[in-house]
Amino acid sequence: MRTDTMTVARLLATRVLGACAGLAFAATAASAAGEAPEIKRQAWSFSGVTGLYDKAQLQRGFQVYKEVCSACHGLERIAFRNLVQKGGPEFPEEAVKQLAATYKIKDDIKPDGKVAERDAKLADRFPALYANENDARSIHNGALPPDLSVMARARNVEYHGSWYMHPLAMMKDIATAYQEGGTDYLYALLTGYTDPPKNVQMADGMNYNTAFPGNQIAMVNPFAGGDGQVEYKDGTPATVANYSKDVSAFLSWTADPTLNQRKSTGWLVMLYLLITTVLLYVGKRIIWSKMH
Amino acid sequence: MHGHEDTYKPQGRFAKWMDERLPIMRMMHGQFIEFPTPRNLNYWWTFGGILTICLVAQIVTGIVLAMHYVPAETLAFNSVQHIKRDVNYGWLIQSMHAVGASMFFLAVYIHIFRGLYYGSYKAPREVLWILGVLIYLAMMATAFLGYTLPWGQMSFWGATVITNFFTAIPIVGDAITIWLWGGYAVTGATLNRFYALHYLLPFVIFGLVVLHVWALHVSGQNNPTGLDVKSPSDTVPMSPYAISKDLVGMSAFLMVFAWFVFFVPDYLGHADNYIPANPLVTPPHIVPEWYFLPFYAILRAVPDKLGGVILMFAAVAILAFVPWFDTSRVRSTRYRPIYKWFFWAFVFSCLALGYLGAKPAEGSYVMWARIFTAYYFLFFPLMWIIGIIETPSEMPRSITESVLGKGGGKAGAIAAHAAPEKR
Amino acid sequence: MSAHADDPNRRDFLTLAGPAFFAVGAAMTAWPFIHQMNPDAGALALASIEVDLAPIQPGQAITVMWRGKPVFVRNRTKDEIDKAAAVKLADLPDPQADQARIKKGKENWLVMVGVCTHLGCIPKGQSLADTKGDYGGWFCPCHGSHYDTAGRIRKGPAPRNLEVPAYEFMTDTKIKIG
Repeated sequence: MRTDTMTVARLLATRVLGACAGLAFAATAASAAGEAPEIKRQAWSFSGVTGLYDKAQLQRGFQVYKEVCSACHGLERIAFRNLVQKGGPEFPEEAVKQLAATYKIKDDIKPDGKVAERDAKLADRFPALYANENDARSIHNGALPPDLSVMARARNVEYHGSWYMHPLAMMKDIATAYQEGGTDYLYALLTGYTDPPKNVQMADGMNYNTAFPGNQIAMVNPFAGGDGQVEYKDGTPATVANYSKDVSAFLSWTADPTLNQRKSTGWLVMLYLLITTVLLYVGKRIIWSKMH
Repeated sequence: MHGHEDTYKPQGRFAKWMDERLPIMRMMHGQFIEFPTPRNLNYWWTFGGILTICLVAQIVTGIVLAMHYVPAETLAFNSVQHIKRDVNYGWLIQSMHAVGASMFFLAVYIHIFRGLYYGSYKAPREVLWILGVLIYLAMMATAFLGYTLPWGQMSFWGATVITNFFTAIPIVGDAITIWLWGGYAVTGATLNRFYALHYLLPFVIFGLVVLHVWALHVSGQNNPTGLDVKSPSDTVPMSPYAISKDLVGMSAFLMVFAWFVFFVPDYLGHADNYIPANPLVTPPHIVPEWYFLPFYAILRAVPDKLGGVILMFAAVAILAFVPWFDTSRVRSTRYRPIYKWFFWAFVFSCLALGYLGAKPAEGSYVMWARIFTAYYFLFFPLMWIIGIIETPSEMPRSITESVLGKGGGKAGAIAAHAAPEKR
Repeated sequence: MSAHADDPNRRDFLTLAGPAFFAVGAAMTAWPFIHQMNPDAGALALASIEVDLAPIQPGQAITVMWRGKPVFVRNRTKDEIDKAAAVKLADLPDPQADQARIKKGKENWLVMVGVCTHLGCIPKGQSLADTKGDYGGWFCPCHGSHYDTAGRIRKGPAPRNLEVPAYEFMTDTKIKIG
């Protein structure tokens, strides 16, 4: 006959392990592509159970987006006011207002029926870069540069180890709150442009990338200009590695803007539930003590 | 209700007035306060309460999400983004709903395996068990419909694959599939009707749960020994005993739930569902959510399309017949030394099938999927055979004895003699 | 398996502490579900608007949408201002001085929510061709409420003057409403 404490401890442990093992299938299901190359994991300020976004990094990341990526890639789910609010880059409101005014939105219907452009305001989202998909493809040789708002969540890393270690790897990811698969992938992609190996035949207009599934990507290296392409004003070294890191972090924020609030609330909730479970358990033991 | 005394006495004038007209308080008192529950229930018995919490949580979060979600083809994906970004606490409510679905299935699988292990499906609980299978089926339908709603790549293509099953039906298959779609492929019309049905089914589940609990209260709970309740010392009133234990289980479960909601909310999902649905681009690997993976593996294990569909549905349907497959004289696997191994092999098979369901249907994965599918289905006739030939190990004579030991003295001995163990 | 504490009071407290904690948490969980029905971030972002006054000539008025409702912005002529100031408060169903409805130094600018205070129709009077009612201001065609050049109700079933929203001048030619 087992004692109650052992039962509950065993139950909790089984529950957690069972939950992780049973739920671990999700990670196998979460790969973005078939023969996906192995992606290295990076350390991010927002990794792990206590990680939060670094405001300065997000600001640099936005700068990289604006100066490099926004030439082709939209960010249509982000509103200018998001750049001001807490938990993000937290730019000063006036600066963002002026930035917004440099974008034009074509929805000002005049009395004569013609539609004019107006300056974007804080409440507006980033306007679309293209009128429609065909417009984008005709500019980019048939390729369609995707919107980047949720790109950091639309990609993930695959597990490349042995099948019997896989459940353990998944449990580790759940325990350490690994959600940066997309971010790691973006970093690997941006730093993965190299010359193709000799035995690889490149298709027309494609570029070789070590991280992209199939290794041939239509996007040219956005950092072909090398170090110094974007000038950082806060003293961070202007290297391609840093551009890649910062813009990947920025895109993580665009995909998951509530991370800071989510994790801080999470700690309070876990603490509260832990206390409640312990108290309920103690209460249960007291109530049942009469039975034995 | 095995003839326990009704000791409810309405307190106060209003209570008496109500009791004469609609004795709801009397019913609640009899069924949930005084109800005798076996005294030896372990924490695996808390999952019924946990599942109730899951159902309520899904309904509440779902109704709230329905205030903001737009089930139109061009707007659905962005409406979910709107919820996560702009709606006050939308990120939290959406996370709770998505993670909640996974938690619901985690709890239901534990609940089902508890039932299998302890023989909770055996007479007189056959209808209780079958109602459970029906609830499970309704859950699967609800989850499938719900997953299409965000209208991501996986939503769209998962819907395409599953609805394409129906084309395997001979003669009328294509017509049925077009009828389901409302078009010639999965479209906005499909999305809209899936939304309506997704909203409806949870209330069907709720009704089935009411019947399920009713059936349970007719026979009373099973317990880890599988022995019948024979005397009052075998049971304790539900309140405060079982309820206090249920609360511990619920609270611990909520910790797992909260961990996923707050720290790894997208872990159980698929990255491809953050790509807006595109009918012209098929994802490299279409996979359902984790809780469907074992059935997906069974489906793909069969080389024939119709055969795969039939076997997949059979894998769920066969559960309804378990009370008749199992010929054992004892309920609980605790006392079944041979069957025990086959049971755990079955559990392992289900886990293995789940793992294989996420892998591409190539190479040695196909062979293993077939092996485990074979064992999955063999398990049921094996149940039949083992039940006949197995000799159970020594069992306590009563529930009281299992708790208090033989030295439980008079109470234990009296309980054992009170009624001989029936089949 | 023995009891945790022998003191009955402590025992009762411990038995009840768990459920109490659980209940408090459940109540706190209710807040996000209530708050989600409040205006979302997108609606709040549109809670204030800025209006450029420069293109509005004296005697002209424009209508802007603010929080889902029309707002009348009129550049009053001296005539209209004088007429409004001359009205005796005792004659008004909803007594309010003209001074109380404009910003000091900017008497020509009248900013009001263009929703009749009777049952919510939009009064006529914004464009030159519109009838302006008996008092030269606005006229609501639904049930015949007449508003004067300060937007105050003079005749008809409306109980109150047209609402003046909170607004401020950011520059001489730009106001922020809300």
